[in-house]
Amino acid sequence: MGLFAKIKEGLKKTKEALAYKLDKIFTGGVLNDDFYDELESALLTSDIGAAATDELMERLRDVVDEKHIRDTESCKGELKRIMVEMLEENPAPEYDYPLIIMVTGVNGVGKTTAIGKLAKKFKAMGKSVIVAAADTFRAAASDQLTVWADRADVRIIKHAEGADPGAVVYDAVMSFNAKNTDVLLIDTAGRLHNKKNLMDELGKINRIVGREAPDATVYNYIVLDATTGQNAIAQVDVFNECVDIDGIILTKLDGTAKGGVVLAIASELEVPVVYVGVGEGIDDLEDFEAENFVDGIIG
Amino acid sequence: MGLFGSLSEKLNHVFSKITSRGKLTELEIKQAMREIRVALLEADVNYAVVKDFVARVSAEAVGEKVLNSLTPGQQVVKIVNDELVRVMGGTVSKLEVSPKPPTVIMMCGLQGAGKTTMCGKLALMLRKQGKKPMLVACDIYRPAAINQLRVVGKNVNVEVFDRGTQNPVKTAGEGVKEALKLGYDTVILDTAGRLHINEELMNELLDIKKAVEPTEILLTVDSMTGQDAVTVATTFNEKLDVTGVVLTKLDGDTRGGAALSIRAVTGKPIKLCGMGEKPTDLEPFYPDRMASRILGMGDVLTLIEKAEHAVGEEELKKLEKKMREARFTLDDFLTQFESIGKMGNISELLAMVPGANRLKISEKDIDEGRINRFKAIIRSMTMYEREHPEIIKSSRRKRIAAGSGTSIQDVNQLLKQFDQTKDMMKAMKGKRRFPF
Repeated sequence: MGLFAKIKEGLKKTKEALAYKLDKIFTGGVLNDDFYDELESALLTSDIGAAATDELMERLRDVVDEKHIRDTESCKGELKRIMVEMLEENPAPEYDYPLIIMVTGVNGVGKTTAIGKLAKKFKAMGKSVIVAAADTFRAAASDQLTVWADRADVRIIKHAEGADPGAVVYDAVMSFNAKNTDVLLIDTAGRLHNKKNLMDELGKINRIVGREAPDATVYNYIVLDATTGQNAIAQVDVFNECVDIDGIILTKLDGTAKGGVVLAIASELEVPVVYVGVGEGIDDLEDFEAENFVDGIIG
Repeated sequence: MGLFGSLSEKLNHVFSKITSRGKLTELEIKQAMREIRVALLEADVNYAVVKDFVARVSAEAVGEKVLNSLTPGQQVVKIVNDELVRVMGGTVSKLEVSPKPPTVIMMCGLQGAGKTTMCGKLALMLRKQGKKPMLVACDIYRPAAINQLRVVGKNVNVEVFDRGTQNPVKTAGEGVKEALKLGYDTVILDTAGRLHINEELMNELLDIKKAVEPTEILLTVDSMTGQDAVTVATTFNEKLDVTGVVLTKLDGDTRGGAALSIRAVTGKPIKLCGMGEKPTDLEPFYPDRMASRILGMGDVLTLIEKAEHAVGEEELKKLEKKMREARFTLDDFLTQFESIGKMGNISELLAMVPGANRLKISEKDIDEGRINRFKAIIRSMTMYEREHPEIIKSSRRKRIAAGSGTSIQDVNQLLKQFDQTKDMMKAMKGKRRFPF
């Protein structure tokens, strides 16, 4: 299977829905108002959102004027280019080891699964990995992470349910330091971004990490469910206020959801997508490639 | 985001010119419909549903009612609101009970929608209604899912039946039999989350359905779902002919347009919604409240209910009387702070206040720490001081600050706020009834 075959496969359904529509728009038509209206609706249907759609449309119209584009086919190429540009404006963070990644997000987006996949990924790169079960809130969350840790064959640091997440992280960082581990992945409890106390807890975890592992590279990733609509913007925005969000892991892209909201996030909040989840298997996590993503949407 | 809390403002702006002329032009209607369209899209209502919806509202808005209204903007918002309520089913719909026990409720949905948590909430609600529910663990795929259900069951004190990772169809059948044998009258099946395009797993649900003939098949949907909600709901409904929808995570700040989309395309009622992380956070679905929410107009009814629940109606009446007569003391102020605490998280309450979005009040402005400080300050006063705050001069202020572990500035701030509240009450004195 080619490097991005999986993403493509994950996005196949998306293609069927949206690309079919776009193809109808793009082939043979002339650039009139109807064409732009149809194009706009196609973008909206993929969760790109009203504001980002407006921005895309405006940029497209400018380019079309500037380059005197008359046929819909070259218009499609231009739109793709603009979308890729938007997504690539913010590059993904570069990894230096020792590396600590804290994974956050609202409830049910697939944080624990993403950690399992990440652990496997780093392990496959020959790195030593610890996962920290700092989701002490959800029933059986650490059991779930334990299963993933076993599958990825990495160490796990966990406490009893209801324990202080800060204490779990502290222990994990101590172990990380003592054994000169390359990568520490921290799983946190799902929290709705409008719960202030829980959000503050993330800041606390960050402070512990910063204090106890001052030499490590630390990144905070937010996991977004591709099925989420415009609320994803608010999610990234608020988490970003609380801890600096360095990247997005976009999960559940193997369904029919388009995940177009990341375009809105790219333009409004300047946070890059780093990985995409395209299935339930431990290897179903791919590096994000803007071109493939856009190809998957527009075809 | 508060972006479209101002739909009515925008519409008023669009219509502002016509009040003098008393006639809507085609252009103005078109502009208004565009604002409505954007508002609904930002609320994640499905594009096709929006299109259809706007067309109908548009037809209605050309009518005479709008022309004659002094505030056509408000009038159009009302039309939109009424139409939203109508599309969402108008009234509250209840869970069905099987005439022949046990009643079987099957929960299904995508991964991460919140099925297992919802199972616990549902079980608790039924138990409180005097039913005897049992939970059956049919999720054999997600690591530790059965464990999670066991913990959830334990928290709400409801029996959990599982057969490990045995075929879920078999487990469901055995669970129902076991429930019948042991005298449980309601069985809740927690099935695994699955993608609607996974043929094999969708067939498994169909097999469970055939095996146990559920009274209710509830599709669990995350209220933050975007445009895809329609695809998901349609597929589940076509396969299983679901009986209703349960919305989860409605305690977030999402507008929840998915509710409208799903109702519009499947015609299936939304029966319940999950409003928080506690097992008791489960409420019936009120289409009118959801309409307000989608339009960013707040949810005053729920707010009032919460207030009544927390304070008790008697006390509320007493407080209202005092407020009306402007006989309001610092002690009442304390009671007020305490009931705010009982009503729940402040940001949640704020989301229900109409216009809070527009006023850009956020959680940061209402600091829970500050409320706690205020409470401590009042508690450090004598009863006489609470009744007669005017006697609190500098030495008393110093003592109160020291006693409550705050500063004199804090004490001053509280007294100032109290005075302002009292002034406001005086201004309202004579008005027949308070907002709540």
